[in-house]
Amino acid sequence: MATVATTGRQKFGWGTANTIAVALTLIPVLWIASLSFKSPTAITDSSFWPKQWTLANYSGILKTSQFIRPLVNSVGIGLIATIIAVVLASMAAYAVARLAFPGKQVLIGMALLIAMFPAISLVTPMFSIERSLGLFNTWPGLIIPYVAFGLPLGIYILSAFFREIPWELEKAAKIDGATPFQAFTKVIAPLAAPGMVTTAILVFLFCWNDFIFAISFTSTISARTAPAALGFFSGSSQFTAPTGPIAAAAIVITIPIIIFVLFFQRRIVAGLTSGAVKG
Amino acid sequence: MAEIVLDKVTKRFPDGALAVDQISLDIADGEFVILVGPSGCGKSTTLNMIAGLEDITEGELRIGGQVVNNKAPKDRDIAMVFQSYALYPHMTVRENMGFALKLAKTPQATIDEKVNEAARILDLTQHLDRRPANLSGGQRQRVAMGRAIVRDPAVFLMDEPLSNLDAKLRVQTRTEVSKLQRRLGTTMVYVTHDQTEAMTLGDRLAVMRSGILQQVGSPHELYENPLNLFVAGFIGSPAMNFMAGTLEEGSLRTSFGSLPLAPQLKQALERAHSGRQVIVGIRPESFEDAALVKPELRDNGITFRATIDVVESMGSDVFVYFTQDSGLSATTDQLADLAQDSGKADTVAGDETVTARLDPATRIREGDEAELWADVRTMHIFDPETGKNLSLDSERPAAGSARPAAAGSAGSASSAGSASSAGSAGPGEAAGPAAT
Repeated sequence: MATVATTGRQKFGWGTANTIAVALTLIPVLWIASLSFKSPTAITDSSFWPKQWTLANYSGILKTSQFIRPLVNSVGIGLIATIIAVVLASMAAYAVARLAFPGKQVLIGMALLIAMFPAISLVTPMFSIERSLGLFNTWPGLIIPYVAFGLPLGIYILSAFFREIPWELEKAAKIDGATPFQAFTKVIAPLAAPGMVTTAILVFLFCWNDFIFAISFTSTISARTAPAALGFFSGSSQFTAPTGPIAAAAIVITIPIIIFVLFFQRRIVAGLTSGAVKG
Repeated sequence: MAEIVLDKVTKRFPDGALAVDQISLDIADGEFVILVGPSGCGKSTTLNMIAGLEDITEGELRIGGQVVNNKAPKDRDIAMVFQSYALYPHMTVRENMGFALKLAKTPQATIDEKVNEAARILDLTQHLDRRPANLSGGQRQRVAMGRAIVRDPAVFLMDEPLSNLDAKLRVQTRTEVSKLQRRLGTTMVYVTHDQTEAMTLGDRLAVMRSGILQQVGSPHELYENPLNLFVAGFIGSPAMNFMAGTLEEGSLRTSFGSLPLAPQLKQALERAHSGRQVIVGIRPESFEDAALVKPELRDNGITFRATIDVVESMGSDVFVYFTQDSGLSATTDQLADLAQDSGKADTVAGDETVTARLDPATRIREGDEAELWADVRTMHIFDPETGKNLSLDSERPAAGSARPAAAGSAGSASSAGSASSAGSAGPGEAAGPAAT
């Protein structure tokens, strides 16, 4: 009986803690969702749920190119940056995991350094560089920094995956007559596919969620991504705050991520903990 | 089909470590050669150099008459079975076995035919569409073999292919490997650290230690005439017993007593050695319960008393263990290597457990102070400095005659000096004593 009581109390304790944690995270999201369904006049009515549900905010933002175009930019820039980062990271990670070459430690150190570097401190110099190179307000102007910041993450995750692939498989492939490139593409890469998918997801999430580069390196909707575009929404008149449309846009860009994360939950966790424990 | 010639092949790693030191070995076409030695002796490195997975620092490697030092593995016409099997987990058994042919752009029909044939030989037909993860250890091992067979290579290389199997399966698979090699008639180089496996499988054994080739010969040859202390201690199971001895006028003093030296042996010792301190090696099967020794044979050995610590009855044999002051305080590095290999590193010096293999008719019990007899004709005498076998030059009668049981199996082993007996000499039956 004692153990049951203890378990019961433990369950209660954990349940309470979890409820508080979940509530703390979910209430702002629900609040934004609620705001997105309110009409402009009801925004300040101090009720959590809308008294009158309206889809006007959604139909409004989905009709304007001020939102649609950034959404396209987000998807396009995110996908391109992800593909480049995963391809480069898998090559680099393979080298890190398998080869002894001069400067390997430097490479790993640099990768870590970049991952740790506060992005905000890079914005000003990068802004000047992009301006003089003509990359400002272009897709490549965002893709390049995204790849740069996605690579360290990718190299770390993928090298952990590559390390777990027995080296003998590669030797076996060589004996079987494979060139080094064939050994990589036909044996090693398929086995590291879970790692590559994980890396791709994490890099894409990083690109999708980024605000600081997107707001700093763009000036028009030709390259501005969705999170940055939210800040440029205007109300229906000069005197109305665009709270409703911003909330609606926030929900629109969050939903794909939620679906994505739910779908790939296990992969993401595997990526974050890979190499931490054996097995 | 090809012969392999290693000509002073040396491997030095970038950090300066010398893994293989000037190994020279001729492997005849169709021969089954075993590289054996304790871990870290350079046997796997040697195999990897033959495979092309490691660069050769110095020396020349020829396969089928062609120098292949700088050829990629795929251009050497070799197949290899790895210790971990290294099956591709994302491919089915069929794809695993056909991978090499597919890379070589063989027509699909030919691939299917060859894979099906190999699967039939290895009894894998019903598993062809499964993945390695769903196979048992033995099945995986057979897939690894199948992957090698399918290619019909000039040379098979095997890197401890049985060490991941459980004991029973290992013995079973060992026989199958031997049969397969004879059936295919392909040159095979096989690496193992297990001397029993080596003795039972190979036409010839190449014993390695610290990157240096110690001795090459048939299992029988190595067992009967080990060139040095290391080979003597490594080949044979249970291992040879070693103790210190002192040469005095015409006799050899050991802790068992004073042994008379046969004239030939004396000559050999005089020719080879100036010092008086030696190491004496006696195989467990050279001992016998003194009560069971025929009177006419008694003079071939010495009789001594020892307190028996442990008796192990195997049915066909009885092993007894007793402690004897071996007198080997200053041991050679060869002895140290052997001790480390057998896991006795801490008990090298001083008191040593002696293992004796007796006839099952013996009445000796644990704790008895028993009278034992040791056959001095099969005794080996080694130089404590160099480890060289000093007794080899002497022409003593073929060992084993004093012990009918041992002689029966050891004597029928492949003829000594069968340098290229090409798989027909019946290596499977060789060296009965070691197979226990």
